[in-house]
Amino acid sequence: MDIKEYISSGILELYVYGALTEAESREVSQVLKKHPEVRQEVEEIELALQKLSAATAPSYNAEAILSRIKSKLGTKGDRSVIALEPEKETNWVSYIGWAATIALLIGLFFVFEDKNDLREQLSYERAKNARMEQQIADAREDAEKTEELLAILRDKNVARVPLQGQNAAPEAYAAVYWNKEENTAYIDAEALPEPPRGKVYQVWSLKLDPLTPTSIGLLDEFSMDDNKIFALQNANESQAFGITLEPEGGSESPTMDQLYVLGAVTAP
Amino acid sequence: MQQDGLILELQKGNQRAFERIYELYSESVYGIIYNILNDEKIAEEILQDVFLKIWNNASSYNSDKGRFFTWILNIARNASIDHIRSKSHKNKQKNLKADNFVDILESRSNFSGKADAIGINKYINILKPVCKKLIDLLFFQGYTQKETAEELEMPLGTVKTKNRACISKLREMLAE
Repeated sequence: MDIKEYISSGILELYVYGALTEAESREVSQVLKKHPEVRQEVEEIELALQKLSAATAPSYNAEAILSRIKSKLGTKGDRSVIALEPEKETNWVSYIGWAATIALLIGLFFVFEDKNDLREQLSYERAKNARMEQQIADAREDAEKTEELLAILRDKNVARVPLQGQNAAPEAYAAVYWNKEENTAYIDAEALPEPPRGKVYQVWSLKLDPLTPTSIGLLDEFSMDDNKIFALQNANESQAFGITLEPEGGSESPTMDQLYVLGAVTAP
Repeated sequence: MQQDGLILELQKGNQRAFERIYELYSESVYGIIYNILNDEKIAEEILQDVFLKIWNNASSYNSDKGRFFTWILNIARNASIDHIRSKSHKNKQKNLKADNFVDILESRSNFSGKADAIGINKYINILKPVCKKLIDLLFFQGYTQKETAEELEMPLGTVKTKNRACISKLREMLAE
């Protein structure tokens, strides 16, 4: 098992929340007992969550509440076993009875152990199944999304505008799929570098003569977006598209020395 | 940190161990309950019930099934939700405010001057809206992964990976 990958999959967070199925949780517990680095990660997640929820608690008199609780603990804490009266006379029949009972118990213990092994095996298999099911569900979801994208790109009203890398980022590349009928521009930003912290990509529709940029939107939550395709509204008569890197929240007008990619709409 | 020895002592019925557990967990448990109930007085009552349950049912905790913290979380959420479903609650509070932890943190740091709330609130506001939603549902409300996926109309796998990104961010903030 690749432990690093296991940790970064996000399953441990769900484990601490209690958001997994019972079988999945049992599986994580097993892994945690075998790998100290998993245990460490779980403890750090737990600590952060404890701090977060503690901060939302109203201020309270912890001592007073504790003593109220303790007054109600009552006799529950008294867990001593009542001693049996010792038998005065011993007889052989009862000895043989006890011996038979003990033999039976030992036998039962082995049966029980066997059953436990089987049960563990079963829960492991169940966890494996659940994981497979999820992978299939995820794959199906991905396939659906891909099909949706294909349908968008194949629409006959869509013009494809390639945007080439500029001085700020010669390696960068992007494409706009512009559906004029629906006034929607789909930005394929797969080949744009991850924006630095506190910065965001802003997409501009440009008119060339005279040069007038109009913002059509931000590529928000860039790192969280899996397919890096962003749908933006564009009702402009665009002649070109450009993407610049701007401070979070975007800018009124493009910062030209942070122009990453640019491309002109070719006449149909 | 989970102290296995301490839990063992609790399970044996050691009151000292119980007091220590209370010290370690009561504030975060109170936070969880308050998030669900939004009423300080009732939340205090439920807090007492929850710790009585921890004491009475300690032997049913099993580390093969999950973390001790998670076990406590479930008791706290269930007790709070049971209260919401109870008759006395329905009669009393028809207009429950739909606050989530973000709003609560904000008012805490504004009015009560609670230091840790001020500190955390400063950071929480930087969290993405989707993170606030995920943490609220999964952690405070106790939704399962599947329920969260349905509520937020997200694939199951995305709930897992996005939430991981959110918690990593949270940990980063708390460590700063």
